[in-house]
Amino acid sequence: MSLITVKDLSVGYDRVAVETNIDFRVNMGDYLCIVGENGSGKSTLMKTLLNLQPPIRGEIIYGDGLQANEIGYLPQQTFVQKDFPASVTEIVLSGCQSRSSFRPFYSRADKEKAAVNMERMRISDLGRRCYRELSGGQQQRVLLARALCATEKLLLLDEPVAGLDPKVTLEMYELISQLNGDGVTIIMISHDIQAAVKYASHILHIGDVFFFGTRDEYIGSGIGSAFIGRPAHKGCEDVGTDCSVARESAGTDCSVARESAGTGIEEGKKDE
Amino acid sequence: MSKLLMYLQYPFVRYALIVGVLISLCASLLGVTLVLKRFSFIGDGLSHVAFGAMAIATVLGLADNMILVLPITVVSAILLLKTGQNTRIKGDAAIAMISVGALAFGYLIMNIFSTSSNLSGDVCSTLFGSTSILTLTTWEVTLCLILSVTVIVVFVLFYNKIFAVTFDENFSRAIGVNADFYNLLIAIIIAFIIVLAMNLVGSLLISALVIFPALSAMRLFKSFRGVIICSAVISVVCALTGIIISILAGTPVGATIVAIDVAGFALCALAGKMAVRG
Repeated sequence: MSLITVKDLSVGYDRVAVETNIDFRVNMGDYLCIVGENGSGKSTLMKTLLNLQPPIRGEIIYGDGLQANEIGYLPQQTFVQKDFPASVTEIVLSGCQSRSSFRPFYSRADKEKAAVNMERMRISDLGRRCYRELSGGQQQRVLLARALCATEKLLLLDEPVAGLDPKVTLEMYELISQLNGDGVTIIMISHDIQAAVKYASHILHIGDVFFFGTRDEYIGSGIGSAFIGRPAHKGCEDVGTDCSVARESAGTDCSVARESAGTGIEEGKKDE
Repeated sequence: MSKLLMYLQYPFVRYALIVGVLISLCASLLGVTLVLKRFSFIGDGLSHVAFGAMAIATVLGLADNMILVLPITVVSAILLLKTGQNTRIKGDAAIAMISVGALAFGYLIMNIFSTSSNLSGDVCSTLFGSTSILTLTTWEVTLCLILSVTVIVVFVLFYNKIFAVTFDENFSRAIGVNADFYNLLIAIIIAFIIVLAMNLVGSLLISALVIFPALSAMRLFKSFRGVIICSAVISVVCALTGIIISILAGTPVGATIVAIDVAGFALCALAGKMAVRG
C-alpha cells in the first residue's frame, strides 16, 4: 500500500480545472519532486493533497495508516509573515497543534518535541529571536522545524528555496535530503530542475506534458531532457556527472567560505 | 487629586472607569491579531455598521438598542472576515464599501424619521461617544462586565490557536486545525468589542482603541506574547489616563483617550528607535 495514491485527479479553482488526469503514487521514504512550467498547477495540486481545497475530479487515497492531518507543510512565505512579531519558539511550537486539538495550552511533551526539532534544524540558539529579523534561510529552517512538529511521516514543501542565495539553497537541499534519509517522505515543488534530478528519487512533471517516474527514467525521457536542457540520447550519465561535478565544486567553495564565516551550521556538517 | 477623589465617590465615575478599562483591554487583545491580519480598518467598518443599526433601532423605538445592534454587527463582521480572502471585492474595498454605506444610511434614516428635537446632537454623540460613558446604567455596566470577561476568557483559552491561525492560516488548516471556526470566533469577538466600545469612544474613534495599542506594542516587543501583554497594558493605562483627564478637564472622553493613545504610540515608536540604535 502506498502512502498516497492519486488516481485520475483534476485540480483547479472554482470548478475550473488547471490540470487534469494526474496519476501517481508516493511510497514511504520516497523523495518526489513536482516540476513544471509556471501556472501548470503545481501549487494547486499541493493544496489539494493537503485538503485545503477539494479535488475537481478523481481521488486521493491515503494509505499506510497516514491520516490527512499527519502531513507537514512548508508553505511559501506569505505577505503577513514579513513583519510578524513572533519568536522562533512560538512558531515552532505552533506546529504541535495537530494533536492538541482541544487542549488550550502546550504540554511538556510538545515543548520537548519543539526543542528536538529546533536542534535538528540547528536553530536552537535562535529560540528567542524574532522571526522577522532572521535571514531567509533561517526562516525556512524555522518553518521546517514547525512542520516536523506536526508530523514525522510526510512533508510537503512548496518551493523551499525560493528567494534564497546559492549557498543557503545548497544547505537547504542537504537538510531536506538528510530528513529524507531519516525516513521522512518528501514531496517538493521545485523550479530548480538540476537540484530535482540530483536529490529526488521520483519526478512528477505536470503541465503541457505529463510524466511520472523515477529520476533516471525522467532524465532519459524526451520531456526530461528538454527541461534539463540537454539532448535526449546523449546519455543520462553525462547529465548526471556534469551537474554533480559542478555542484561538488560549488559545495566545497561554499564550505570553505562558511568555515571562515563561522556560522552555526558547520558543526553539524563536520560531524557528518 | 482631592478633586479626583471627590469625583470617585460618584458611582457613574466608577462605572466609567471600570467599563473603560475592560473595553480597552478587550480591544487591545484582538487588535494585535487584526493588525497582523491586515484588518486594521475592520473596527472602523463595523462601528459604522453599528451606527447604522443604532439609527434603525432608535427610529423603531426599541427599548434596548443592543437587541438589534449586536446581531447586525456580528453578521457584518462574519461577512467581512469571510470575504476577505478570495473574492472579487478585496478585504479593504469591502470594508470601505460597507463602512461608508452604513454611515450614510444611518444618518439618512435618522434624518428622515427622527423624533428628536436635537438631531445633530444625537448623531454627534453616537459618532463621538461624547458623554454616554458617564451616563451608564447598572444594567449596561453588568452587561459590559459579562461580555468583557467572556471575551478575555475565550481569548486566553484559544490564544495558541489564534496565534497559529493568524501567523499561517494554510499551515494550520493543513495540520487539521479548524481555521474557519477560529476566524469566525475572531469575527464574533470583534463585533462584540465594537458594540461595547461605542459607549466609550463613539463609532468614529473605535479603530484607535483597536490599532494604537497593538502598533505601539509592536514597536517595543518581538514575541507574540510580549506584544499582546504590552498592548493590553498600554491600552488600559491610556484609557484610564484619558478618562481621568476628561473628567478633571471636562474634555470629551473618546477624543481624549484616543489623543493619549496617539501620544503613547509616539513614545513607543521613539523608544523602539532608540533601542535599535542603542
